[in-house]
Amino acid sequence: MLAKRIIPCLDIRDGVTVKGINFVNIREVGDPVELGASYAEQGADELVFLDITASHEGRKTFVKLVKRIAENLNIPFTVGGGISELSDIEALLAAGADKVSINSAALKNPDLIDQMALNFGSQFVVVAIDALEKEGSWTPYINGGRIPTDKELFSWTKEAQNRGAGEILFTSMNHDGTKNGFACEALARLSENLSIPVIASGGAGNMEHYAEVFTKGKADAGLAASIFHFNEISVPQLKEYLMKKNIPVRL
Amino acid sequence: MKVAIIKYNAGNIMSVDYALQRMGVQATVTADEKKIRAADKVIFPGVGEASTTMAYLKAHKLDSLIRDLKQPVLGICLGMQLMCSFSEEGNTDCLGIFEEKVKRFIPEPGMENITKVPHMGWNTIFDLKSAIFDPSITNKYVYFVHSYYVSLGKDTAATSNYIFPFSAGLHKNNFYATQFHPEKSGKVGAEILKNFIKL
Repeated sequence: MLAKRIIPCLDIRDGVTVKGINFVNIREVGDPVELGASYAEQGADELVFLDITASHEGRKTFVKLVKRIAENLNIPFTVGGGISELSDIEALLAAGADKVSINSAALKNPDLIDQMALNFGSQFVVVAIDALEKEGSWTPYINGGRIPTDKELFSWTKEAQNRGAGEILFTSMNHDGTKNGFACEALARLSENLSIPVIASGGAGNMEHYAEVFTKGKADAGLAASIFHFNEISVPQLKEYLMKKNIPVRL
Repeated sequence: MKVAIIKYNAGNIMSVDYALQRMGVQATVTADEKKIRAADKVIFPGVGEASTTMAYLKAHKLDSLIRDLKQPVLGICLGMQLMCSFSEEGNTDCLGIFEEKVKRFIPEPGMENITKVPHMGWNTIFDLKSAIFDPSITNKYVYFVHSYYVSLGKDTAATSNYIFPFSAGLHKNNFYATQFHPEKSGKVGAEILKNFIKL
């Protein structure tokens, strides 16, 4: 049986792992290659590395880092953050990334999804979305959750799928950083609307939240950063717990 | 020990090289006929689309070369599918090393949003029947990413289950293959690659 995936997310700035709290304050937590390898050792199913560096120099550092990650990691990984050109994507895949996630660039230029799928295959294409719920309606935001778009979450994810996305990574801005649990209702609706896997992000605070996101939220994978980085819960502990709840996980 | 990884127009070829490096094995990534023929072990990896990669293999005469190899050959993911007789992806004849055919995963009606395609993630393998799969890894998880599958047949050497049972591995004479990615399957995958290198 296909296992539900646990995905630690590492935010990278200038080659160092950091984690933003509610997209604003940032704390440093360590070397991405070392941290990635230790998560793989602990049983993480996949990793996401998000580059939050703005500068051009920083981006070149990131490509080099991706190669080091690929050399050292024996599980799949996705890279993302600020990617807008096919040539950037090609460089990341050549460096050894298994998947590339695009966020703002897809919203600004949806045709980029088609081009990625055509050039590299849908399995490489993760469309990430940061969305905020207000009065029952979910709006995707760009630029790290700073600028609202005129799109709507459910129609946008459907469009992304039709254009060739292989996976959707949905972050609820209402839930991110709160540790009060994932946006299970919106996630279930997304999952029911789509025929590609959905990765849930934003709000993980304890192990019950993961059980919820895989049952009530119907997610295929659960992503989190701080609870893993600060050892609030460990990957093996979480998997043991999910197994006891009869949720299929890889042990 | 000389290991050649066949270079062609498919993605993710370096991942296999990195996995071998982690085991201390130095491989050569090459499309050179002499180097491939002279290798003790040949790996045919890849992620991509069947008809365009098959056309490339033919244009570069790699199709007859691969079919002809006498040393142990390991096909991975798209590599395995291209070693079969035919693929529905772009409706192309393939290398014909294995008789099995490659078909598109189609969820049961009403199950489209439950059994999603691609089959992506970690799934178990069982009914293991080849020297590269130690019986101790029965029911262990390995990493898959694919929208097309090989049905069960006489060359099936490992089975997995998604929508229905399908071939997770094939074996015939000196040809071995895995639908999953051993290079991305943690310790279990590394063990499989090690067994292939030791053949």
